[in-house]
Amino acid sequence: MPSTEHGPEALPAGGALRVMGSETEYGIHAPATPSANATYLSSQVIAAYAKLTRERLHASPGAGWDYTDESPLRDARGWSVRRNQAHPDLLTDLEPVLTAEGVALAHGPAELELDGDQEPALMNLVLGNGARLYVDHAHPEYSSPEVTNPLDAVLWDSAGDAVVLTAVRALSADSERGPINLYKNNTDGKGASYGSHENYLVPRAVPFIDLVRGLTPFFVTRQLVCGAGRVGLGQDGRTPGYQVSQRADFFEAEVGLETTMRRPIINTRDEPHAVADKYRRLHVIVGDANCSHVANYLKFGTTALVLSVIEAGVAPEIEVHEPVGAMHRLSHDTDLRETVRLLDGRHLTGLEVQWLYLEAAAKLAADAGVAAEHGGDGHTATVLRLWERALTDLETDHDAAAGYIEWAAKQKVLEGYRARDGLGWNDARLGLIDIQWSDVRPERGLAYRLISKGSLERLVDDRDIARAAIDPPSDTRAWFRGKSIQRFPANVASASWDSVVFSPPGSYRLQRVPTREPLRGTRALTEPLFEGHKDIQGFLDALLGEHHT
Amino acid sequence: MAGQEQKSSQSRDENEDVDPGTPAPAPAAPQASEATEGVDDLLDEIDGVLESNAEEFVRGFVQKGGQ
Repeated sequence: MPSTEHGPEALPAGGALRVMGSETEYGIHAPATPSANATYLSSQVIAAYAKLTRERLHASPGAGWDYTDESPLRDARGWSVRRNQAHPDLLTDLEPVLTAEGVALAHGPAELELDGDQEPALMNLVLGNGARLYVDHAHPEYSSPEVTNPLDAVLWDSAGDAVVLTAVRALSADSERGPINLYKNNTDGKGASYGSHENYLVPRAVPFIDLVRGLTPFFVTRQLVCGAGRVGLGQDGRTPGYQVSQRADFFEAEVGLETTMRRPIINTRDEPHAVADKYRRLHVIVGDANCSHVANYLKFGTTALVLSVIEAGVAPEIEVHEPVGAMHRLSHDTDLRETVRLLDGRHLTGLEVQWLYLEAAAKLAADAGVAAEHGGDGHTATVLRLWERALTDLETDHDAAAGYIEWAAKQKVLEGYRARDGLGWNDARLGLIDIQWSDVRPERGLAYRLISKGSLERLVDDRDIARAAIDPPSDTRAWFRGKSIQRFPANVASASWDSVVFSPPGSYRLQRVPTREPLRGTRALTEPLFEGHKDIQGFLDALLGEHHT
Repeated sequence: MAGQEQKSSQSRDENEDVDPGTPAPAPAAPQASEATEGVDDLLDEIDGVLESNAEEFVRGFVQKGGQ
């Protein structure tokens, strides 16, 4: 980034502030054409949003993706997988090109309707709010811009729901194919799972093994607070029942690089998207996609706190015996009586493990001076308060928990149906409610309906979400990325987390501006540049002149 | 299940396409009158927005590989 004379603003340590972001893969379904190719349908969603963006900005459809700094084969344990030995799913550093042949090879016979007058299918888009919207395998995926706190994580993750909602609305308005529906869930209940990942910036100086030790018991039990609930047990959902987590059954390993097979509780992808000597990006794949604001907030907030606890060397000393099996068992026990066995011989319930983490986090935050409701860092006190309320309600007042804990809220609806209509857990109607819970259309999506009724607690309002779908957060490099795209849509050739590539008018030479420090490129640092230079040439001269001197 | 959803007269929005001649729904099962009113209202509202053929919808909801 430019402005090298300004050092990055460090965030207060010891609490819930941290550079973080979300990745949400949406389930995709076109009920009227169930055999339609999912990759093609996904590309239609991206293209629909690109078209709307182009109309709004009167310019090119938005920036493509700059793949220069992708490194999906680098393993945090200190090695890299050789390219020729990697599963093709891991090669996310190449621009996917959608051709009928490629789609057919990947996903069986394609029913592509690529007319002659269509543009090439669009697979990647960087948005004016700093997010990335793209086709990932066979799903549309929204990766939020980098934010610095859990409330903004909820806001810009919810903005993704608003973005894809806008796209599916546009598609259904001018399509004879019938609607393309998107679902913020993680499984089809038939054996397929798609993830919602989180990313957290962690100092490189923290040994990776400390992260593995500190996070594994936390991740095994975190689902009790932020699981989204699921009808059906087992990966294929064939065993009737209800469980806490959408994702838990799909985890088969403790530590590993893969994200699409033998999924590990701790993912080792070491692709920092930042100054690599200084930071690692912890890539978390165990989470459920959350429609509940509070569950989503606690997912980001408590994880950020636990990372602070690990960094400070004060994580609870817990080692779970066979954590993968423990994770499945806890998910299957909605009465929360199930215990995990620790290597030291103790048996603790999932909630007891969570209490130990909460206590460690509360003590650290108090010692660091960030935990006060007034005069703290502005976020940590709220996370601690809501975390404690969640654990207390889950222990003593399930009905209160159903007002904000997502799996409990969904369970309440499902149990209502079971009681009223005498339905067994294998009744298709309960399966439908599970799916439709997360339909992104607010009039159809049951979670969104409950939020609008006030039955499911709200943390961010619709107006703020709508604004976050357009504008970037102001306190990270996402601001520079998003504003560059908003202000000079015709002159941003591509962008990525750690770069913006400009195409100056009248020149074939591209100007790549690296943005490796996530806490630079903020509004405070770069707004004067945007304000002072309304035309692209003056802007680039000032930006690059400053950058090169 | 399939085709059995009661369209509630209380539900709004998406329900405009419901046949206006449909009489106010009877509870689908006797337990309904015993349920708490809050949950009842909620279920009535949900009834109004559920996809019409649960069996077919759930069967058709098939996803390809993901992360």
